[in-house]
Amino acid sequence: MKYSVRIDVTHLPGVLDPQGATVERALPALGYGNVRSVSIAKTIRLTIDSASEDAARAQVHEMCKRLLANPVIERYNVEVEELVEA
Amino acid sequence: MSTRVGVVVFPGTNCELDVVWAVERLGGEAEILWHGDATVHGVDAVVVPGGFAHGDYLRTGAIARFSPVMSAVGDFAAGGGPVVGICNGFQVLTEAGLLPGALQKNAGLTFLCESVELRVETARSVLTANATPGQVLCIPINHFEGNYTCDADTLRRLRDEDRIVLRYVSNPNGSLDDIAGIASVAGNVVGLMPHPERASDALLGSTDGVVLLESLLTSAAQPLAVR
Repeated sequence: MKYSVRIDVTHLPGVLDPQGATVERALPALGYGNVRSVSIAKTIRLTIDSASEDAARAQVHEMCKRLLANPVIERYNVEVEELVEA
Repeated sequence: MSTRVGVVVFPGTNCELDVVWAVERLGGEAEILWHGDATVHGVDAVVVPGGFAHGDYLRTGAIARFSPVMSAVGDFAAGGGPVVGICNGFQVLTEAGLLPGALQKNAGLTFLCESVELRVETARSVLTANATPGQVLCIPINHFEGNYTCDADTLRRLRDEDRIVLRYVSNPNGSLDDIAGIASVAGNVVGLMPHPERASDALLGSTDGVVLLESLLTSAAQPLAVR
């Protein structure tokens, strides 16, 4: 089976997000005074072959732990979706 | 025989020749270690210099840690060998798990290229063995991601175990607890954001980096049992 995977890598709470903080200051300057918080994250998309959705998910979690995210400053969220070939 | 210092080069490293020049000027022998070789060729000390290893893609130092040379550097460090990571080299050592914590983007999102004052906090590391705690050194920084961070437990351990090697006198980048450099438990692995090799000759504006590089050469010349 083919799976489409989306991984969002975001800052851990409490870790400085200087890009988010800068945009958070910029938006009110443009008149968007109701913006309460901004966080800028990274999205990684993969397409993988795997026997099942669970196997795909387990493998992607391993990839995140070993390479795609740094647990000292980042956390991640994984979404897996089966790709239906046309 | 002079002390042999291996200088690791990844694709994208760009400070290796500065380190080679400074080491040789201080009487050491420098040798380039290519990242694809899974050996440190029997050197007495290893420097992971600055630059943009593997383009700094994904995160600074994230890909470099998987280069074959890094397992050899890890073994060398585990055996007590002196290892110093400068700037991007510090980022590589944290990603490789040889030092705790991480380097995030500078507070204020500014690339910093300036000389800063650093306070030596301990002489209990291979990079500060010849320096005096309290001594202030003027050394250049040149980075976008030098804002050191770690969790509260790690910070407590770094303080309690006397592993904060250098602090900024005036914090330029938001670094936690003004940290500019830290050491491993045994003091033989050190990472720092400032560039001592760029402060190793009067023509460069400062010779304050000399005491650090000389400390490394002195430490590397001692048999492991003494360290």
